[in-house]
Amino acid sequence: MSALLDSYADVAGADVVQHLRQLAAPLRGLKIVNINSTRAGGGVAEILHKLVPLMQALELDVRWEVITGGGAFYQCTKAMHNALQGQPAPLSEALLRAYEQTNADNAETLAPVLRDADVVFIHDPQPAALLRYLGERKGKWIWRCHIDASHPQRSVWRYLREFIADYDASVFSLADFARPLPHPVYLVPPSIDPLSEKNRDLPAWQVTEACHRHQVDSERPLMLQVSRFDRFKDPLGVIAAYRLARQFMPALQLVLAGGSADDDPEGAAVLEEVHAAAAGDDDIKVLLLPSDAHLTINALQRAGQFVLQKSLREGFGLTVTEAMWKGKPVIGGDTGGIRLQVINHHTGFLVSTPEGAALRVRYLHQRGDIAAEMGAKAREFVRENFLITRQLRDYLTLVTSVLHAREGRLELS
Amino acid sequence: MPEPTEFIVKDCALVTLATGVRAQSLTALREGLLGVPADSVYHHFWGGLLGTRFDDPEFNNDFAAWVRHALHDLPLAERLAVIDPAQFVDAEALRQEVLEVVEQRLDELDTPLWAPRDRQFSFVRGQVVVFDTGRRLSEAHELVQVLPQLSPGSVFYHVIDARSRAPQSCDDFSSWLRELPDSHDTLLARLADIDPYFVTLAELRQQYIDVITSHFGGASS
Repeated sequence: MSALLDSYADVAGADVVQHLRQLAAPLRGLKIVNINSTRAGGGVAEILHKLVPLMQALELDVRWEVITGGGAFYQCTKAMHNALQGQPAPLSEALLRAYEQTNADNAETLAPVLRDADVVFIHDPQPAALLRYLGERKGKWIWRCHIDASHPQRSVWRYLREFIADYDASVFSLADFARPLPHPVYLVPPSIDPLSEKNRDLPAWQVTEACHRHQVDSERPLMLQVSRFDRFKDPLGVIAAYRLARQFMPALQLVLAGGSADDDPEGAAVLEEVHAAAAGDDDIKVLLLPSDAHLTINALQRAGQFVLQKSLREGFGLTVTEAMWKGKPVIGGDTGGIRLQVINHHTGFLVSTPEGAALRVRYLHQRGDIAAEMGAKAREFVRENFLITRQLRDYLTLVTSVLHAREGRLELS
Repeated sequence: MPEPTEFIVKDCALVTLATGVRAQSLTALREGLLGVPADSVYHHFWGGLLGTRFDDPEFNNDFAAWVRHALHDLPLAERLAVIDPAQFVDAEALRQEVLEVVEQRLDELDTPLWAPRDRQFSFVRGQVVVFDTGRRLSEAHELVQVLPQLSPGSVFYHVIDARSRAPQSCDDFSSWLRELPDSHDTLLARLADIDPYFVTLAELRQQYIDVITSHFGGASS
């Protein structure tokens, strides 16, 4: 067995890796190609950097190719991304022509690889039009949408749908995100990588050191929310919950950790409000972390006794998954993908108000025994449902399903 | 005399597909139930087993949970929760029972029941991919050794999925034991007593291990 698979077997379970091997066996010899628009930066590149080597370790013939384009192309695809998430993003004819031309050019460049492939995964809207310009193909084409497209700008979706309808299948992260399409629409939830910097086990000294670096007292109880400074993440509600809980827990501290909001005027305004609400309380730390501060986030999630994700609206909420993997019950807003992860009274608590969050913080503080039990359940829940190995299992299963193009039970001989 | 049949140990993986059908009201749930493939209804009862299940789930199927948490209709949630999918010959019969319960409730209600926009019910369905593990059993007592090594997917396939395949709606182990030359009536009766609806796949596997190990007196060969 490869060293890579061994290391995943250690954290996800040997049975899980054995399952992957059995699913991969009938797919050996097939040429599988992934296409996206960047090798670095962004969630899609991050997941492909993990999935492609894992699939290769399973002895699958997998390639990862990247399309290239100019400024107008990226301006167009950025607007498409925002529009799929429901934000107004008008697209000029000139930008759309740049999108089409870039896809046509890349289709020509990549034609030898794409025409020969048995299965092609196209990630997100950027390369979605490749299929239209490729002409002949022998393989099955699958469009993988990593975006919450539950309420897209209709004109943009109508435009993209023309290209996507030609695919053999699509994949969305959640049923709520999916769009109706004239082919099978698979559902593959997101996942975390247990071996990444953000999630791997850390020695206690590293956790303590991160606390000291940010003036957090590792001996006192800590409440934590890791997320962007965005109204939908309700950081002001978290501060209100902290104040309510602190009346009963005078030693309580709060850390709000998120990325810099320099390029986001709305985020900057929220951050200002957060600073104003926290003013005068040295036990509230507002941390602006760089995008590569994975180890710091890992350490803080391990240091926090009370991890919150008190969102008012949420896509999936991978920070919830990350905290649960570290054995923390999560106090989460009763919304979106948080509901799929926080199973009320089992892996955490679902709340709708700062009062509800404060009550659960006090409860977990008083009932350390139950907090530990819930934390263990939370970690196991993630192990079974939200690790990258599960995402890979889903991909292997859906590839098998698409290749056989049959509904219901599919028996492989 | 024919050769005794081999038991082929299989495993399975499940991938979920959207049907595109959503419901935001009880009336829309009824319409969805009428329109989706029957295997979608089946999935909303059994699909959760291949995921994680907790010690004391409040409701055992997705319809009951949605009615409780999104429509807040406790009487209907309880009536839906009591439906045991193992009692129905096929997914179509199960669909008819769910419809019957929903329609009865619609007759009782004066005002329509609505869910918030972000709590719509999304009908999904599952595709099960089954593969051969290469393992074969030729004698009943070999189950003692093999059962503890079965993956959750194997347990799902041979116990849950089997019920929709076997003419007598029983698990694959029982179907196989009936074909063997020796009589296993006592063991078959005990296996028939196992109720898979309220346990996780790991717990279900343990129940089979307990019954089979005690029957064979702990024999491992």
